[in-house]
Amino acid sequence: MAHEETAGLSAPTPLDLLKEKVGLGPDKVYAVMGDFAEPEQLVEAGRKVRSLGYTKLDAMSPFPVHGIDEALGIPRSKIGWIVIFAAVLGILTAQVLIYYVGVINYPLVIGGKPLFDFTFTIPPTFELTVLFSSICTFLFTWVLSGLPRLYHPSLNYKKALAASDDRFILVIESDDPKFDPQQTAADLAGVGAENVEVVEG
Amino acid sequence: MSSIVQQDPQLLEQNPPLVKGGVDYHDLSEKICSVVEPEVGQTPMKYWIVLAITASITLLLGAMLTYLVATGIGVWGNNKPVGWAWDITNFVFWIGIGHAGTLISAILFLFRQKWRTSINRSAEAMTLFAVMCAGIFPLFHTGRPWRAFYWLFPIPNTDINMWQNFRSPLIWDVFAVSTYFTVSLLFWFTGLVPDLATLRDRATTTIRQWVYGLLSLGWRGSARHWRHYEAAYLILAGISTPLVLSVHSVVSFDFATSVIPGWHTTIFPPYFVAGAIFSGFACVMTLLLIARWSLNLQDLITIKHLENMNKIILVTGSIVGYAYACEFFIAWYSGNIYERFTFLNRAFGPYWWAAWSMYTCNVFIPQLYWIKKMRTNLWVMFIISITTNIGMWFERFVIIATSLTRDFLPTSWGYFHPTWVDMCTFLGTIGLFLTLFLLFARFLPMIAISEVKHVRSYEKHAFKPGPLGAPAGKVH
Amino acid sequence: MREQKTGAGGQGPGASTGLVQIQGQIQGKTEPAGLKYWRSLNELAHTEQFQKWVENEFPTSHTELLDGNSRRTVLKVMAASFGLAGLAACHRPEVILAPTARGREDYSPGAPYQYTSVMTLNGHSMGLLVETYDGRPTKIEGNALHPGSLGAATALTQGSLLNLYDPDRSKEVLENGKASSWEKFAAAAKTLLSGDGSGVRFLSETVMSPTLADLRAQVLKKFPKAGWVEYESISRANEASGAFLAFGQDIDVHPQYDKAKVIVSLDYDFLGNDYPGPLAGKLFSAGRRVESEEDLDKLNRMYVVESQFSLTGANADHRLRMRGGDVKQFATDLLAALSAAPSGNDKRAKFLAAAAKDLKAAGAAALVVAGPRQPAIVHALAHAMNQTLGSAGATVTFTKSPQALTKTDPLTLLTTEMNMGQVSTLVILGGNPVYTAAADLQFAAAMAKVANTIYLGADPDETAADAKWNLPEAHYLETWGDARTATGVPAIQQPMIEPLFGGKSAIEVMALLLDTKDKKGYDLVKSYWLEQMPAKSNKEMTWRQALNDGLLKDAKAAEAVKPTADIKKISAAAAAEPPAAGSGIEVGFVASASTWDGRFINNAWMQEAPEPMTKLVWGNAALISPATAREKNLSEGDIVTLSKGNVKMEAAVMIQPGHADNSVTIALGYGRTRAGRVGKDVGFNAGLIRTSDGFWYGSDFAIASTGKTFELVTTQERGLAEHLNDRPLFREASVSEYKAKPKVIEEMSEVPEIHSIYPEWTWDKGHQWGMAIDLGTCTGCNACVVACQAENNIPSVGKDQVRRGREMHWIRMDRYYVGPEDDPRAVEQPLPCMQCENAPCENVCPVAATSHSPEGLNDMAYNRCVGTRYCANNCPFKVRHFNFLNWHKNDPEIMQMVQNPDVTVRMRGIMEKCTYCVQRIQEARITAKTNGRKDIQEGDVVTACQQTCPASAIVFGDINDPNSKVSKLKKQERNYAMLAELGIKPRTTYLARLRNPNPELEA
Repeated sequence: MAHEETAGLSAPTPLDLLKEKVGLGPDKVYAVMGDFAEPEQLVEAGRKVRSLGYTKLDAMSPFPVHGIDEALGIPRSKIGWIVIFAAVLGILTAQVLIYYVGVINYPLVIGGKPLFDFTFTIPPTFELTVLFSSICTFLFTWVLSGLPRLYHPSLNYKKALAASDDRFILVIESDDPKFDPQQTAADLAGVGAENVEVVEG
Repeated sequence: MSSIVQQDPQLLEQNPPLVKGGVDYHDLSEKICSVVEPEVGQTPMKYWIVLAITASITLLLGAMLTYLVATGIGVWGNNKPVGWAWDITNFVFWIGIGHAGTLISAILFLFRQKWRTSINRSAEAMTLFAVMCAGIFPLFHTGRPWRAFYWLFPIPNTDINMWQNFRSPLIWDVFAVSTYFTVSLLFWFTGLVPDLATLRDRATTTIRQWVYGLLSLGWRGSARHWRHYEAAYLILAGISTPLVLSVHSVVSFDFATSVIPGWHTTIFPPYFVAGAIFSGFACVMTLLLIARWSLNLQDLITIKHLENMNKIILVTGSIVGYAYACEFFIAWYSGNIYERFTFLNRAFGPYWWAAWSMYTCNVFIPQLYWIKKMRTNLWVMFIISITTNIGMWFERFVIIATSLTRDFLPTSWGYFHPTWVDMCTFLGTIGLFLTLFLLFARFLPMIAISEVKHVRSYEKHAFKPGPLGAPAGKVH
Repeated sequence: MREQKTGAGGQGPGASTGLVQIQGQIQGKTEPAGLKYWRSLNELAHTEQFQKWVENEFPTSHTELLDGNSRRTVLKVMAASFGLAGLAACHRPEVILAPTARGREDYSPGAPYQYTSVMTLNGHSMGLLVETYDGRPTKIEGNALHPGSLGAATALTQGSLLNLYDPDRSKEVLENGKASSWEKFAAAAKTLLSGDGSGVRFLSETVMSPTLADLRAQVLKKFPKAGWVEYESISRANEASGAFLAFGQDIDVHPQYDKAKVIVSLDYDFLGNDYPGPLAGKLFSAGRRVESEEDLDKLNRMYVVESQFSLTGANADHRLRMRGGDVKQFATDLLAALSAAPSGNDKRAKFLAAAAKDLKAAGAAALVVAGPRQPAIVHALAHAMNQTLGSAGATVTFTKSPQALTKTDPLTLLTTEMNMGQVSTLVILGGNPVYTAAADLQFAAAMAKVANTIYLGADPDETAADAKWNLPEAHYLETWGDARTATGVPAIQQPMIEPLFGGKSAIEVMALLLDTKDKKGYDLVKSYWLEQMPAKSNKEMTWRQALNDGLLKDAKAAEAVKPTADIKKISAAAAAEPPAAGSGIEVGFVASASTWDGRFINNAWMQEAPEPMTKLVWGNAALISPATAREKNLSEGDIVTLSKGNVKMEAAVMIQPGHADNSVTIALGYGRTRAGRVGKDVGFNAGLIRTSDGFWYGSDFAIASTGKTFELVTTQERGLAEHLNDRPLFREASVSEYKAKPKVIEEMSEVPEIHSIYPEWTWDKGHQWGMAIDLGTCTGCNACVVACQAENNIPSVGKDQVRRGREMHWIRMDRYYVGPEDDPRAVEQPLPCMQCENAPCENVCPVAATSHSPEGLNDMAYNRCVGTRYCANNCPFKVRHFNFLNWHKNDPEIMQMVQNPDVTVRMRGIMEKCTYCVQRIQEARITAKTNGRKDIQEGDVVTACQQTCPASAIVFGDINDPNSKVSKLKKQERNYAMLAELGIKPRTTYLARLRNPNPELEA
């Protein structure tokens, strides 16, 4: 591939510098990648390569393929816990705000009602709870996924773009202890992957 | 393809596939993106003509609001006793429409209603635009918007150093509506990201690559993304569901917590929510039918989708009808002379015509949907979707304005006449709504590509129980 | 309480000149400030230093005023007039300011001071206290010491203040429409009045001013051949001639309503349009007041017969509607019934019998009064009845009339002379006769035949247009004068401000004509009164006391007499009178509650004050009964022609429940062709069909629809009585019911026990303000509405905006009809903010712009309001008013002078409402502190509506103080809170109206 020829050159290209930034040395191998036509095949292949002892696995697909997490041993998302924290924060904010403005900062007799009462804080409290948790959910979805980012080595895979269209890609990353370019590529092809390729970072 | 043929024809009979025709993943991308991808220059002329019209109506809105702020609320027909008229009517009307989007994406998602996938994107967009239109009124109906726009939020201010009155339903409104808009926006954008990635990867021109590239945040469909993404989407759906129910409940508090006969009613929250879903679905229906026809999306927006929506319109419409009946019963049963008079006056007073057009459009006409022929006839559903929204506008007008015209003291009774400014302002918001929707339809995927592909993947294997438990293809 | 200060005093022109010396003098002297100020002003006005000083101070204003009045200059003049007004305003402090710097303790700039003065209208004089800020009159109140007002003021009196600042007033002396000057006029006057004065005629309104009467005497002495005619469009000649017919001498009649137990009013609307003063209301309401058990037995009972539904009719216990022409027959029958019980079984007969029986039972405590719109014979019959009943001298007293009655109508006589060319010089002192004179007199045409017509008028009106000389008449708050009450008690009319537009008073003009010297009103009035005082008394002290009190206590009052009427002669005369008019439509003319005879036409406050019965604003209408409307197939707003012979007018029809059938009532004083920006072409001119023979009631008119329609604007939807019947908003009961079951009022609405989820707020600390309004005494006269408008800077919004339902009155007068449409009863209910303790308006305001003060006031923070209007929506009483537009945008600059500086002028886009006159509460608190009192006492705070109310129906005070008047009233069983069932706890409560119907008629 194009990269193999240019591998030894000393003068770093801008691309190399970018790789440095994202923690990948020049001409470092990122992974071995191969793709499938159907999600079931992907899941199936995933199980197989995992049984071969590979641990650093990933997949790329146009839609969430169910069962892939179990197949590749990817842990469940922790985002729920973060959101619960946000929700509690929302409740506290509302209660404190309403109590502070109504009782401490500027007490006013309005409609003969108490300065503070739980009943009339319910709607604002609820809304703030929802607001805080949804904003937090939104942000952490991307943060936990390491997004946004401009570049990813997997883009060097020739079928990478098809991952958002109709191909289902299996990735065995180079930092896998069992990783060896030739062998891994063979294994991947062995489980029926097409366009198997050693992708450089 | 092949897998569909394998299906039991009988089962197929009961549950026709939601994604029709020989479409494969790639074809789906093709079909949906083809609307968005042509160069701007290649957009059909009729699109520009329609856009020009709606855009100029939007300008009219700008002009009206400028005139309003420069001159005073007096340019509207509002008076004493009718302090709120078309302004708040339009607000509630648009907010109501804004309910279908989140409802479809959130609640139907939780109920695993897969048929939602081909309509939720446009429904969510519609929500956003409707809420934008709605948001105009609470701000501009105030006598001093230049103060209201920040005195209504709990921001410490140095000019008078006061805070909001949290007993006021209007403040609850401010929280509810702004929260609702924010959450809907985040929800909508989250859903868009994978499709934006698709568009990015298919992009041919640099500008598209950049725009869609930045918007898609570097999404590459990695399993490590999807696991967070799905969790997040589930959570957003989870919190949007009570939210969507709360928003219109809070709006209904504007009236329910008051002392005015015709406003002071405990059934308002459920009644308003039902009405909101009712009008929202009707509006989605109108837009979908137009889109389906103009963009040839018959395969994606099938009669089945439409029929399901009509069923919901029928149900919610009947709930609204029940609410009307209930109001009359309570008014009579309460023995309160003011309540009784208000409801008699509503049906037989000077505003009888408004009340009866509301009963007709909201309660009587939708009953046609008991008949399957009607549920599945495109023309019928188009007309009903329109009349429903007319009826729902009148519902808000009847509740808000006509209750105010005649309350406790006969000596303070009055009547409301709209002015041309009232009318142009309302027209203007319709223009704004359509303009935004046209732009959306042209530059963003109207149908959630990844979700449709997802559904497609089940239907290929109708008899494998989907990972989510319910056998795919089974809708109910 | 505001301070009441001596306004003026001092001797005539002194020797001193120049500001500096004068100020020097001032510090030297020790008398009150007012004295020096006025004296100095008189001097200053003479000295040319002053003139120079003015020129330097206001370079433009002085000359601007004398320029032409093109549209552009009108603006200039307005600005200038403001300047001059400012100058005038400066006058009071101008001299005092310097000493103020040296700390005068009896004057502080920017503080309100009240000065006594007096206003006359229609032969009634009303003593006033005028509040001024730095010489700027801003509010009129009644003078409690003055027998003509007893501390109250009517809507018209309140409104007269705005006429002072009317930018469209006459501003300069005109000769044949060209700008001239007082000097030129003085010169011309020499030639005009010379020799024996033959051909010279004076035409004035009723002369109430002793000084003017004195000048009149002098003029007529100097020019023996000259003649003087008094004329009022709202004429009271019938009273006088009625008295003469009865007693054979010139007598003034004074009904004592407070002493009467049974009152029969023969078409006398003494609570409304037939009597512009507050006195009748004061006295009548005294007989309706219930403050203790025994008062229940003292309640008076009133029977009214009348054609149009008047306020007096609304306040009657029994009302019989009949055409004005039929009242004479009724009076005759009533007199007969006093001796022999009448027969008959229809409503009229029953009414007659019951009234007669009641009258006889009451005896000396009975009172029969006749209206000025009824012919002399009806008045005579009334006197006969009072004499028969023995009430003459008890419930009605008599005094010798100062002027002799002229047998034939003086104006007719004058017009004839003018037409015959016997008049060479006609001096008209106010009154706008061209507009007000009977149509058949053709006064304008007659005027054209007079070589020299001199018109002293406040406005450039119809008469001004035809007069050769136009002299700007000074407003009564601009010049010195005096007035006697009907009983002869004199009061001094003090000016509050220099004439804004260089006008002069009738007194000054007469003096000028008398010996062509430009004398100051001050000198004329003072010298006259000093002459009147006993030789060796301390005249100066008496004079100053008079200014302070607002009347001369020990001046000799009119001589009381006890005349006897020849009842036989009267009955004979009554029999001799031609029978009532024929079958055609009868047209009755009444004074307008808003414009009187047209003189208040350019007054926005009055235009927007709803007519008490019809609630009509910005115009009048031809009122007809529902039956007549059905018969003639007319509906509200139809324009009809009323014609008879060669007189004809068009007017819009308004259907007035309870109006007499086959009869039309139309208010005078509208349809002015030459009036200012406010009053031009408002309403229909009834003067067009008002002829000498049908001056008050014209018979046999033809009414025909023109097919055109007209939008009549009212502040209230009409025909709503049927909805009130089941709504316990206005509550009333007959005395007997109430005595039998005091709970009857309370039980009219079922107030459930409110179980709030919140702990109730307690209001037991400090002052807790509250109000009680007695519906039993309130006569619905509108005085409170206009007083509130003046006190609180409430804008008038104009006809179109009222049509859209955007009127701003903080206190409004609600009118309900009760009973059948053809002949209902009517009730009036004043409605200010209820100041609810659990105010629905406060809960819903998102920005907390309205909240409760510790003293229980429902406050508005105007500068916090963003104008969501939610509070107004949620107000069950709809007493919150929104500034839909910038109402002050088109106010001429001079209008700023009438604004009360203690009250914010509200901008567009915010809500406003009754504040219980919070500014007065604060002022009282400050005054109390400065006077070394720890706290406000009962009576310190008097709201504007309460202060002016002729019926004392509004009582405001501290409900936390069990001994306050308001607490006592609220303890009465008939006290109720409107819409209490909503749990809003209104602070303003009502005392139910107690009617005193005759059991025989109730059945």
